[in-house]
Amino acid sequence: MKTAGIIIVLLAGALLLYATRDFPPWGALDSPASTHVSPRYLQKAMEETAVPNVVTAVLADYRGFDTMFETTVIFCAGIGCFILLRVFRQRPGDRYYRHIATEITLHIKGGRIPKKSSEFERIDALWTPYDLIIKTVCRILVPFIQLFALYVIAHGHHSPGGGFQGGVILGASVILLAISHNMRTAIDRFSEKTNNLLMAIGVFIYTGIGTVCILLGAGFLDYRSLSAVLFVDKIMARSHGIFGVEIGVGITVMAVMISIYNNLASAGKQDEGL
Amino acid sequence: MSELIPLIVAKYNYWLYIILMMIGLYAMIAKNNLVKKLVGMNIFQTSIILFYVSIGCKKGGTIPIIHHGIHAGRHVVDPAHYVNPLPHVLMLTAIVVSVSTLGVALALAVKIYNRYKTLEEDEILARLRAK
Amino acid sequence: MNDHTPALLIILPLLFAFMVSGMAWIKKSLCYPLAVAGSGLCAFFSIRVFTHVLRHGTMQYSLGGWEAPWGIGYHVDLLNGVVLVAVSVLAFINMIATRKAAAIQFPEKEGAFYALYLLFIVGLVGIVATGDLFNLYVLLEVASLTSYALIALGEGRAPLSSLNYLYMGTIGGCFYLLGVGYLYIMTGSLNMADVASLLPPLYESGAIWVAFTFCMVGIGVKMAFFPLHVWLPNAYTYAPSAVSSLIAPLMTKVMVYVMIRLMISVFCVDFAFSVLDLGSAMVWLSILAIVMGAALALAQKNLKRLFCYIIVSEIGYMVGGAWLGNAAGMTGAILHILNDALMTICLFLAAGTIHYRINNLDLDHLQGLFGRMPVTMACLVAAGLSIIGVPPTCGFFSKWYLITGALQAGQYGFMAALLFSSLVNVILFFRVFEIGYYGDPGHGHMHGSSPETRTEAPAAMLAPLLILSAGLVVMGVFTGTIVAAVIDPIIPAGLAR
Repeated sequence: MKTAGIIIVLLAGALLLYATRDFPPWGALDSPASTHVSPRYLQKAMEETAVPNVVTAVLADYRGFDTMFETTVIFCAGIGCFILLRVFRQRPGDRYYRHIATEITLHIKGGRIPKKSSEFERIDALWTPYDLIIKTVCRILVPFIQLFALYVIAHGHHSPGGGFQGGVILGASVILLAISHNMRTAIDRFSEKTNNLLMAIGVFIYTGIGTVCILLGAGFLDYRSLSAVLFVDKIMARSHGIFGVEIGVGITVMAVMISIYNNLASAGKQDEGL
Repeated sequence: MSELIPLIVAKYNYWLYIILMMIGLYAMIAKNNLVKKLVGMNIFQTSIILFYVSIGCKKGGTIPIIHHGIHAGRHVVDPAHYVNPLPHVLMLTAIVVSVSTLGVALALAVKIYNRYKTLEEDEILARLRAK
Repeated sequence: MNDHTPALLIILPLLFAFMVSGMAWIKKSLCYPLAVAGSGLCAFFSIRVFTHVLRHGTMQYSLGGWEAPWGIGYHVDLLNGVVLVAVSVLAFINMIATRKAAAIQFPEKEGAFYALYLLFIVGLVGIVATGDLFNLYVLLEVASLTSYALIALGEGRAPLSSLNYLYMGTIGGCFYLLGVGYLYIMTGSLNMADVASLLPPLYESGAIWVAFTFCMVGIGVKMAFFPLHVWLPNAYTYAPSAVSSLIAPLMTKVMVYVMIRLMISVFCVDFAFSVLDLGSAMVWLSILAIVMGAALALAQKNLKRLFCYIIVSEIGYMVGGAWLGNAAGMTGAILHILNDALMTICLFLAAGTIHYRINNLDLDHLQGLFGRMPVTMACLVAAGLSIIGVPPTCGFFSKWYLITGALQAGQYGFMAALLFSSLVNVILFFRVFEIGYYGDPGHGHMHGSSPETRTEAPAAMLAPLLILSAGLVVMGVFTGTIVAAVIDPIIPAGLAR
């Protein structure tokens, strides 16, 4: 296998390197890529979409159809991890309980699951001692992280950011809770059903905005027609349409990140995690 | 020789990315461990992303956020001042695709590990042949 | 352009996919009806788009209201249209036929399964309808990711086979992306028609033919062209039966469509045949693919694995036909895309039906099946005859065009390979028929299933199979109409007639 690998790699590398002879130099201002399609994006983005961040304008408006399928790809990954790993009915495995007052640990092997009680707390198999600093600091930080994530989503028009970036940060805030406390705490606060529903709702918002554009008379994902519903002129309608789809993207990305983490870290049981 | 130096200076970035791509491709083909193949896949996809982004580079260009605000004024936007935004857009998509593929591949690796208790491809094939 | 059907074709199954996945957590019983509605609407709109293109010519649709090349454009002509109809109708029929099998194999995750099913259809339909190179890559990844997840749901070696498919498929997709990147750096555009207009002055440049090579190799990995086919037998054999009858007929044929689209519309035929002069080399590779596919199929002991190697052989027919360089060959290749999709879905649905009843597809377990499952085996016979190439089934006519094209181009090796492959198919299928007809059901390794359960499959699974098998003959009879109305206008003028 290694020799086959070396031969393939050398052949492919040689072909690719040979082709760079004809490339325009790095950073050239007159290369075909810099002069053919993209100058129009830079020149007209402000006057056609009122969005200064040209990357967001191209991503969500000019090539918004691609972004819808990008969001679909990440939705597929979330559903794929769920369908491959998730086990619903499991035999209760070994469980560990700790008596809070005396700090004695009980190891219960299978059988019936004890009811919840205030004197015993359930701990993970890979349990580390209670760490006040980490738990408190992470608990305090989570709302600020989420606030920053919402800022990144909303400010994608004016600075680097947007739905994907903000969605990942939102997902990270819940995963932080899962890492610093334990997975059951995070799932209690943000249940699996809510998560999976949000996965579908986010992309549905994106496609739904496009369908609303059709119903209002223009083409698919043509935000001009939203001016009738939002009571603004056509250019601001584009800006608001871009914002709407970014929200949809952010919701889906957050839900998918949390779902993939939960399924992978617990190998589908969503019971104990890292 | 004297025309080789300008050639290298003009195109060395593409050569570096192609070398990275080939490192990733070699790892995907030749390595035995399933997770090392995954790492190779990530290297391969990341180097393609770097390649695309370097297509959009312009000498002296700044990030493609049009100057706006109170002091900007309504001057005509000169595309030569801003980096090409289109490769950045395409690569946002490629990054998301790469993450999604990584997620599904890791889920498959977890399933394989649960069944065969190993992640080395030759051990798994030996076990399958022995059955 | 007030007709939104090209967009509705894709959006409706997408919306229904999200609704199905959400509905799985609210009310499970609604998942299957919503899924059928989604794929049925896709089939309906694709037929509407195709009839529109038949009557009025090429359909263009600009998404987001931006004209290509600044926005993404859909460009549906007769080639797209007919492949769209094939893909969406076959996927819809398969969803109905595999309902019972899916209910048994994925009891608690039906919602997620049907969501992935619909998203796979969306990916394939999008690949066929789009006119933008990068959009094609994104939709290729949608289709690929869903297929990796769906294939891994099988038992036994399925996750390992799916992971190997994932690695090879990602290499293929990334090679295609590299090819598109090289095209972008030389032309500055991503729209297919725009690139085609910008390419002719650049034909001599090295970057363009390297771009062509990488695109073709990438697509070749995904379409399982020998020797890049190594992922296919394991992936399709160990996949669950509901999944293999969806993915096996459609995925590789859509990739053949992409290859033909790149050859005809992006790098035009002058480039492929005159500038690069690759015709003979590709035909020799196809001969190798056909012969190796046939030879490896002879050694197989499992019915589904046998069918997988037949697919490898059939891909060789299509690639060779496209690269023959004349109109008859290209006609044969395009006709074979449609015919092979139909034949393969009949084969895999029959295999799935047999698996539903006797749970084992090894050839020695198929003894006496003609007596117990007569209708299923009759459909298998029809599909087998079509693959062999017996008139009036459709397989005969596409082989006829391919052989005519080979004779016209002077590629006698290709013609010999086609005839050799037909001979091997005769041996393969008659071996299966012999086991099914003459074997005694009492012999063989039957593991404790009582005789009364081994009866014919339920009508819900048989009716679609019968419709599809009848379709084989109908397609054959109407070949002349199809070629004259649909395929002849597509053939570019540069190919010899």
